[in-house]
Amino acid sequence: MDVILVAIEHVDGAPRRGSLELLSAARALAGAEPVTAAVVADAGVADAVAPFADRVLLLEGDGLRAPNHERRTAALAAAAREAGATLVLMAAGRSGQAVAPRLAVRLGGSLLEDVAGLRRDGGAWLGERLAYLSRAVLTVRSEATIAIATVKAGTYPAPAAAGGRGEVRRVPIASVVGDDLARPGERRAAGRGRVALEEAEVVVCGGRGVGSAEAFEALVVGLADDLGAAVAATRAAVDAGWRPYAEQVGQTGKSVSPRLYLAVGVSGAVQHVSGMNRSGTVVAINKDPEAPLFQLADYAVVGDVHAVVPALRSALAGMD
Amino acid sequence: MIIVTYVKHVPDAEARLSTEGGRIAVDGASFALDGMDEYGVEQAVRWKEAGIAREVVAVALGPAAAETALRTALALGADRAVLIETDDDLDPVAQATPLADAVRRAGADVLFVGGKQADWDSAALGPAVAEALGWPLCDWAIELRVEGTTLEAVHDVDDGVEAWSAPLPAVVTTQQGLNEPRYPTLPNIMKAKRKPFEHVALAGVAARTSTLAAALPSRARRGVRLEGDPAAVAADLVRRLRDEAKAL
Repeated sequence: MDVILVAIEHVDGAPRRGSLELLSAARALAGAEPVTAAVVADAGVADAVAPFADRVLLLEGDGLRAPNHERRTAALAAAAREAGATLVLMAAGRSGQAVAPRLAVRLGGSLLEDVAGLRRDGGAWLGERLAYLSRAVLTVRSEATIAIATVKAGTYPAPAAAGGRGEVRRVPIASVVGDDLARPGERRAAGRGRVALEEAEVVVCGGRGVGSAEAFEALVVGLADDLGAAVAATRAAVDAGWRPYAEQVGQTGKSVSPRLYLAVGVSGAVQHVSGMNRSGTVVAINKDPEAPLFQLADYAVVGDVHAVVPALRSALAGMD
Repeated sequence: MIIVTYVKHVPDAEARLSTEGGRIAVDGASFALDGMDEYGVEQAVRWKEAGIAREVVAVALGPAAAETALRTALALGADRAVLIETDDDLDPVAQATPLADAVRRAGADVLFVGGKQADWDSAALGPAVAEALGWPLCDWAIELRVEGTTLEAVHDVDDGVEAWSAPLPAVVTTQQGLNEPRYPTLPNIMKAKRKPFEHVALAGVAARTSTLAAALPSRARRGVRLEGDPAAVAADLVRRLRDEAKAL
C-alpha cells in the first residue's frame, strides 16, 4: 500500500501554488489510498489545505515558525514516519531542493529530484528528470522503500474542487540540539511582491542586448508589469550588475517552465537555454537575425528591442 | 581551519550527446572541473591566502578520469587532493556517506560544494552531505565571511536574498557571484603535478536510484519569424500569441 505525504510550503500565511499542485499529483497517484499533507507550524495553512487532503499533520514545535532547513527536515522526517509514507512530495523550489536530500539521507530513502512526471512501476516509483544542462531526459527509478520527490512547478494542475474535509491533527516536534545551529537572518525580497520566478506563468527575461540597467527597468520590467509576469535576467545581464542573482535563469541560476517566456535581447547561450527550454510558448526579440535563441522560439522577432518592446507594450494595452 | 572543497569532472557544456543502451553517451567530449565548483575552490584558496585557512583539500568521487578536475583544483591552489575512486553510477544521496567520511578524515571545518552539478543537473549533493555529517547547510551562498568560529553568509532564496549564520563546522554550496575564480597559470599547473594526491578505492555503496532510460528530446517550435515595422510586428505578435498560441 502506498502512503503519500505532501510537504506544504507556505508564504505569507497561504500555501504556495507549487504545493497545491502536489496535492493534485498525490490524489492522482494515490488512487483509493488516502493523501496526507504536512504543514509546518501554521494552523491557518493547515485549514486551507484540509479540503484537498484526507489528513493534515500540523507540525508544531520550537523554532518551526521560521524554520531553517535542518528544523524543517526534522519536522518532515517525523511526519513521514508518523504517516508511514512511501512517497514524500515536495515543491522543487529552493527550500525543497535543500530539505529533500536531507530527508532522503535521514530516512534511508531515495531522491527523485526535480521530476516532471511520476509513476508507479511494479513496486517502484519512477520519475522523469532532465540532466546534462536540460538537454537529456532520464527515467530514474527509486531503489529504496521510501522515495522523496521534488516536483517542478506546473507539472500538475492546482486542485480544482475541494474533495472533502481533511482532519487536522497536531503533531508535536521535539527540538533536537544541532538542528538549531543555522540561523536565517534578515530577508530582502527580490522586488515588489512578484510571484516566485520558478512558479511564474509568464516570464520576461532580459539579456545583454537590452544595453543598460535603465533600459532593463524600462523595457523588461515594464513589459513584465504589463503582463503580471516575473522578471528574469541572463548571466550577462547579472554580471553587468543590472539585475540581482535571484533573477538569473540558466545553468547557474534558476530553471523556469512558464506558459509564456519572452526573451528580450537574449542571444541564447546553451547555459541560458538549459534554464528555460521547458517553457511553453517562447518569444525572442533580438536585432541579430542569427541569434541562437531564434532556433528555439515559437515567435522570432527580428528588430531593435528599444523599438519593438514599446510597440509591444502599446499593442498589449490596446488589446481587449 | 581546514577546508574540503568538492570537485566534479563534467563534460563541456556544448559536448555532443547521444543515447546508448538507455544511457547518455558523451562522445569525445572534453571533461573539466564543474564551473559551480570553481567558486568553492577559489573561496578556499582565498581564505588560505588570507591566513584564515590552514589547509585546502580537494576531494572528488568518481572514475579515474576525475583526476583531471582534481589536478585543476591543485593548480588553482588546493594543497592536496583525494580521489574516492569508483566506476559505479552513484546518485548524490548514495555519495553523501563516503564523502562525509572523507570530510571527517580530513578534519575539515568547512565543506564547499558547487550549488548544482552540470551533468546531473542536481543540487542535492551539498544538502545530502550536510545531513550525513550532521552539519548546518548554507545553500547558494553569494557572500561569505568567518567571524571567529561563526560563518556569516548571504544566500539566495526563492524570492530574494537572506542573511545566514551558523557556528562551524558547516557545509556551503557555492555559485556565481560568490567570487571571481582565477585561472590556473602554467607554473602552478606544473607545481600541481608534485602536490600530494591520494587514491581511495570505494566499494560496497548501493545506489539509491537507477537510470532506466535516457532520451534526447527536441521540442517542436512554431518557428515563426516576424520583422519589419515595429508597430505592425507588435500587433501581429499580440494577435498570434492570443489566437494561435493561446498564450495571453
